[in-house]
Amino acid sequence: MENLSAILYLVAAVLFILALKGLSSPTSAIQGNRYGMIGMLIAVVTTFLIMDKPVLALIAGAIAAGGAIGAWKAKTVEMTGMPELVAAMHSLVGLSAVLIAVAAIFHSGVEHTGVQKIELFIGAFIGAITFTASVVAYGKLSGRFGAKAVNFGGQHLLNLVLALAMVGFGVLYFLSDSHAAFLMMVSIALVLGVTLIIPIGGADMPVVVSMLNSYSGWAAAGIGFTLNNPVLIIAGACVGASGAILSYIMCKAMNRSIVSVLLGGFGAEVATGGAAASGPKNYKSGSAEDAAFLMGNADSVIIVPGYGLAVSRAQHALQEFAELLSEKGVNVRYAIHPVAGRMPGHMNVLLAEAEVPYEQVQEMEEINSDFANTDVVLVIGANDVVNPAAQKDKASPIYGMPILEAHKARTVIVVKRSMNAGYAGLDNELFYLDKTMMVFGDAKKVVEELVKGGGH
Amino acid sequence: MVDPFITSFTIFVLAVFVGYHVVWNVTPALHTPLMAVTNAISGIIIVGAMLQVVDINGSELSITSVLGTIGIFLASINIFGGFLVTQRMLDMFKKKKK
Repeated sequence: MENLSAILYLVAAVLFILALKGLSSPTSAIQGNRYGMIGMLIAVVTTFLIMDKPVLALIAGAIAAGGAIGAWKAKTVEMTGMPELVAAMHSLVGLSAVLIAVAAIFHSGVEHTGVQKIELFIGAFIGAITFTASVVAYGKLSGRFGAKAVNFGGQHLLNLVLALAMVGFGVLYFLSDSHAAFLMMVSIALVLGVTLIIPIGGADMPVVVSMLNSYSGWAAAGIGFTLNNPVLIIAGACVGASGAILSYIMCKAMNRSIVSVLLGGFGAEVATGGAAASGPKNYKSGSAEDAAFLMGNADSVIIVPGYGLAVSRAQHALQEFAELLSEKGVNVRYAIHPVAGRMPGHMNVLLAEAEVPYEQVQEMEEINSDFANTDVVLVIGANDVVNPAAQKDKASPIYGMPILEAHKARTVIVVKRSMNAGYAGLDNELFYLDKTMMVFGDAKKVVEELVKGGGH
Repeated sequence: MVDPFITSFTIFVLAVFVGYHVVWNVTPALHTPLMAVTNAISGIIIVGAMLQVVDINGSELSITSVLGTIGIFLASINIFGGFLVTQRMLDMFKKKKK
């Protein structure tokens, strides 16, 4: 039975890897997701095989209840709410890791070896930090706690003291086998999860969510070590690596080091830089009808969507307008900056939901060289990701951040609520160029007017 | 006899490498489904929770089995929610492929 279960666990682990591998293209991804589900089913059934006297009623009841809630959430969540859902799910993995570790500690009649104690300690504290940090991230993303960074003096010192205390109680547990010491260690880790995340501002949330994704994987792997369970270790390690890669990609897209994100305080740092804009500058503004006319007579149009588009739910209307342009023979494409949404790949999902054809949506590296040969760029709900200061102005806080080179196009149309600064609080010289036309108003209203204007 | 920890650690290191290379091949357009499916996969922690829900010394209800049950409940939310929401997103990408 032991050998059979080991082989079945291996099959499950391979299926998980295939699930990730499938995501290299949208067509193979659907099959990959099925592999993942089958892998999970095999892993759960196999676990029954190796269990000694399982309490079936409790297990089945818990799976049914959790499954129903999960399925309902998956059906009802809005695509704009994906970052919150993902953050909430990270917290669940973290909490389960903590519960399993505590359950194992209280498992009467089971002696843990020295190595196992260390493994329990690691699994529990990563789980605990993941749990509370994800709850805070969820709160910030959903606007329940306010997205602002919370900074106070001695913050890093406090974190250091907490971390040392946590390790101290861990050592005490190791030496004395005391349950109380273990619970103290877990409690401190729970507090640490909160204090580590509160100084990080809303703009850095894509990095934080990716990082917590990574932690949730490491927590699962840590529990796998304790239980000597290879499928937990393999799945956890893959998830951990995945989250780490996404964090790296997000950091690069914002030109931030992971250390500076973790130390926090982005919002405060930028407010001072934004004040540099001096004196009134001139800009041209036009109506949606003018904009529709310009784009209707262009050969090529690139649309740069930002999160403002999603906030005003203008994706569907925008796609309707893009279709009108395509019918007129205009070459329409969408240019996506890696941080266009609130999590990696978020904008792609939002556009996919609006039935924008996959081939029309291009990543920054693919499309950047085409801006110079493009007639009209329509920037809608985006600001910092098209700010030329990132390339030219060494004093700018976003200097060095890769941008979509919208300023190279022949004409730029910017749809914006007002002349107020963007998320990072910076002025954008793109708005003052001779070839730029500002269209003021709510993204959705403007796009609806574009559709009307594009009809004739 | 090799310590089981060493065996586990070997598996762990190799799995990190596999994960690293597989994930770099994921197209950026599918990074959100990637996060959702990794959420589902980290629900594998359900295995660890299940192993706690056993009859201990003739008693089905103990601190261990109750905590394990809660763990199963939470992990199940991730498994079902993660896989199903991934499928929902991938269907959106497929629909307009034609």
